[in-house]
Amino acid sequence: MSDEFRNFRGFGRKIDWPKIPVKTIRGVILGLAVLLLLWGSFYQVAPEEVGVILRFGRFVRTAEPGLHIKLPLGVERLLRVPVQRQLKLEFGFRTGRPGINTQYVATGETKAESVMLTGDLNVVDAEWIVQYKIRDAYKFLFKMRAAEGTFRDMTEAVVRRVVGDSSVDEVITVGRERLAGESRQLLQTLCDVYEIGIEVNQLIFQDVNPPETVKPSFNDVNEALQEKERKINDAWAEYNQEIPKATGEAEQTLRAAEGYATERVNNALGDANRFTSIYREYAKAPAVTRKRLYLEALNDILPKINKKIILDQNQRGLLPLLNLGEEVKK
Amino acid sequence: MKTTTKTLLLVGAALVALLVVLDSAYVVLETNQVIITQFGEPIGGAVTSAGLHFKVPFVQKTNYFEKRWLEWDGDPNQIPTRDKKYIWVDTYCRWRISDPLVFFQRVRDERGAHSRLDDVVDGDTRNVIANFDLIEVVRSTNRPFEATEDAALLDFSEVVGKIQTGREKIARLILESSAKITPTFGIELKDVQIKRVNYVDEVQRKVFDRMIAERKRIASKYRSEGDGKSAEIRGQKERELKRIVSEAYRKAQETKGKADAEATRIYAQAYSLDAEFYQFLKTLETYRAALEKETWLILSTDSEFLKYLKGPNR
Repeated sequence: MSDEFRNFRGFGRKIDWPKIPVKTIRGVILGLAVLLLLWGSFYQVAPEEVGVILRFGRFVRTAEPGLHIKLPLGVERLLRVPVQRQLKLEFGFRTGRPGINTQYVATGETKAESVMLTGDLNVVDAEWIVQYKIRDAYKFLFKMRAAEGTFRDMTEAVVRRVVGDSSVDEVITVGRERLAGESRQLLQTLCDVYEIGIEVNQLIFQDVNPPETVKPSFNDVNEALQEKERKINDAWAEYNQEIPKATGEAEQTLRAAEGYATERVNNALGDANRFTSIYREYAKAPAVTRKRLYLEALNDILPKINKKIILDQNQRGLLPLLNLGEEVKK
Repeated sequence: MKTTTKTLLLVGAALVALLVVLDSAYVVLETNQVIITQFGEPIGGAVTSAGLHFKVPFVQKTNYFEKRWLEWDGDPNQIPTRDKKYIWVDTYCRWRISDPLVFFQRVRDERGAHSRLDDVVDGDTRNVIANFDLIEVVRSTNRPFEATEDAALLDFSEVVGKIQTGREKIARLILESSAKITPTFGIELKDVQIKRVNYVDEVQRKVFDRMIAERKRIASKYRSEGDGKSAEIRGQKERELKRIVSEAYRKAQETKGKADAEATRIYAQAYSLDAEFYQFLKTLETYRAALEKETWLILSTDSEFLKYLKGPNR
């Protein structure tokens, strides 16, 4: 180094260089070199990352978050891998503009991802996401090229295989959770086999629908189901309205009958007691009492009656002459 | 002047030395492997260990190859299955350069490798899939489908219990077949997976028609179930109503009957003291009630009541 500088000065003598002491220049250059070395030696690893150190391209160690030292001048190189970050892949749609009103975009490409065959040889349109973390930075970097693209392919293959083994009704309704769990597990196994260094945290099915052309008839099934429930509910409503009313009316009939029974027995007892009382007195003087009762009755009846005809027992021919009909007309 | 020449010479020598050192040292990354060639001829085996390495400068050249597993995504192939259903099949595989020397000699680079893989894997995919029914390509197991209410009407006999091989094993068959050939290119195949299987358009239309028909059947089943069930409930209601009303009638009549019987007993007990007197009393009472203002009363003088009209004698 110092040789070169001497030369440099030798060539430059013709021009009027400002006189700077050699020592100063040397000092500055040395200082700069030291600074550069220090700058290249220290590095910081952010909390969500891990640092991977390569010495001449060879993996030597990993560094946890914090301040660290490495050999400068390209001898040791640092690669940062965000191992703590939750990463996400979307299938069948893409988040266009994330935020409060997130917008989703579906294109021809995403359609190709989402349309698949089910085990009963039907077709569904399924959208899903995968959340994952890089578990092993070494494997992630050095075992497989284009690890993320590979992971996409693996996910598609696994999900389609699982959906391909289920009926369309399972995929759309009852089986969603089971399918997601099974897919996640199979995907993790495949990741381990591929040594891709990825940990699959979640696989969640989003919208799972029948294809557009078939959708109306699936909706019609839902409508029919609701119709069925409505009809049954209506019938039960009618039932619940009429039965209590009838029960009440039956109760009323029963109470009325009980009332009648009480009345009837009481009347009978009253009549009987009355008769017994009268009879007791009558028994003491039957003949007189009989006459009295008879005459009293006539006394009551006869004044009320307007039309009275008294016939002598010897005048038997009179009755036919009476014009009863005319009298009635009057 | 002499010192200047000396210096120049020294600098020149240093530069040459630097160049020699720089060209004899090379770095192999963790992701690489290297073949050294001398005038195009490979020298020695592949250098696979990462780190700093040395070679003869200028004469020998480094050729870098990937050491990692690599991607290959096939084009979708239109393939007829054994049961003559036309489908698109899209496969992917993972491969790596297992023998860089052979790889270098046979296919040169990754582009060459891709075109060979296209030939081998796509070809095997066609051959294998054409030997199986569609259902074997779609399903992996014979797992029976979960019974949902909607699916109760559907006939799964075509798709359940038909699997002898299944998608997973078919993929493995493709792998096994292709993996036999690829070592001749210095390539090791890791895995072949069937990524996508889709119907070709005409088949898809027919499938959609079938799906629509299936759903129609399910919908009409629900509708008639609704009618049936509600009719059943109405019937049940009618039966209940009849039961309630008739039970009430029966109980009421029984109660009344008992009371009537009781009354009859009471009357009989009382009136049997003197039946004739009872008749007398009751008759008088009836006279009172039955005879009214408009009644014609024709009396004969020989009646007990009027006998005194004819005279006071007994």
